Amino acid sequence: MTDAVAPRFHTGDRVIVRAAYPIGHVRTPHYVRGKRGVIERLCGAFPNPEELAYARQGLPAQPLYRVRFLQRDLWSDYDGSNVDVVEVEIYQHWLEAEEHTQ
Amino acid sequence: MSHDLDHGHVHSPPRPDQDDSLTYFRTMEMAVRELLIDKGIITAVEVRRQVEDMDGRNAGRGAQMVVRGWLDPAYQQRMLVDGTKAAEEIGLDVGSLKLVVVENTATVHNVIVCTLCSCYPRMLLGLPPDWYKSRNYRSRVVREPRAVLAEFGTVIPEGTLIRVHDSTADMRYLVAPMRPQGTEHWSEADLRTLVTRDSMIGVALADSP
Repeated sequence: MTDAVAPRFHTGDRVIVRAAYPIGHVRTPHYVRGKRGVIERLCGAFPNPEELAYARQGLPAQPLYRVRFLQRDLWSDYDGSNVDVVEVEIYQHWLEAEEHTQ
Repeated sequence: MSHDLDHGHVHSPPRPDQDDSLTYFRTMEMAVRELLIDKGIITAVEVRRQVEDMDGRNAGRGAQMVVRGWLDPAYQQRMLVDGTKAAEEIGLDVGSLKLVVVENTATVHNVIVCTLCSCYPRMLLGLPPDWYKSRNYRSRVVREPRAVLAEFGTVIPEGTLIRVHDSTADMRYLVAPMRPQGTEHWSEADLRTLVTRDSMIGVALADSP
């Protein structure tokens, strides 16, 4: 796809999902908003579903990533292994680089 | 003609003539479909054929990929790198599906869900089961996967990592279950019978011989 935003993240990068709550057709599940995760892979670039839902072109296409979250970071009462994970597809405009903390 | 209502047994109440409900979206689908047919854009036969094709797809297609991977480690690797290409390589038409295949191992168990709706690799598994679309499964398997899997009779050892895949956007997922022990000399066709739909969603293991 020629009309696509350039990817900003690479496999292994630490990211935070935006804690935003816009109305409309959004494919970022609530349970990962504001959560920290790691880029598992870049899936390619796809027209933005938030635009497609309203019969617009969704261009430029947004890079789409699979982001890996530790279950224990999502649910404080998670009952299972400390290394269990959930992987969720998230479009780039929902992701920010995690700030380095000292 | 008389009819004796008191004749020694009880009749159940008559079933209503209307045996389903006309929802807003069903009405809209019918209106759009009829318009498309009236305008000559599609025909009723094409619609019927599509429904027939959808109903005709089954998990045997996914099982072909899984078993090919069991028999050919190089194919398994290609499948994990690019599921769509690997499906096409063995002659499976997956349409516009972008397929990610995830592999169960001795230390990792994968399970698939779509928490937002009911995304599912229909081209490889057919229509999803009702429970896959239920709010119960969708809300719980991301939050307590071990409990949900146990309800399917699948108990994952504590030391095995569980990786839940939430199919929220453009990818579709297929779990490649582990090959059961005791199947070393089995034919490709026999092996396929062990790879059930549920084992490729990840709520079960492949059947054991």
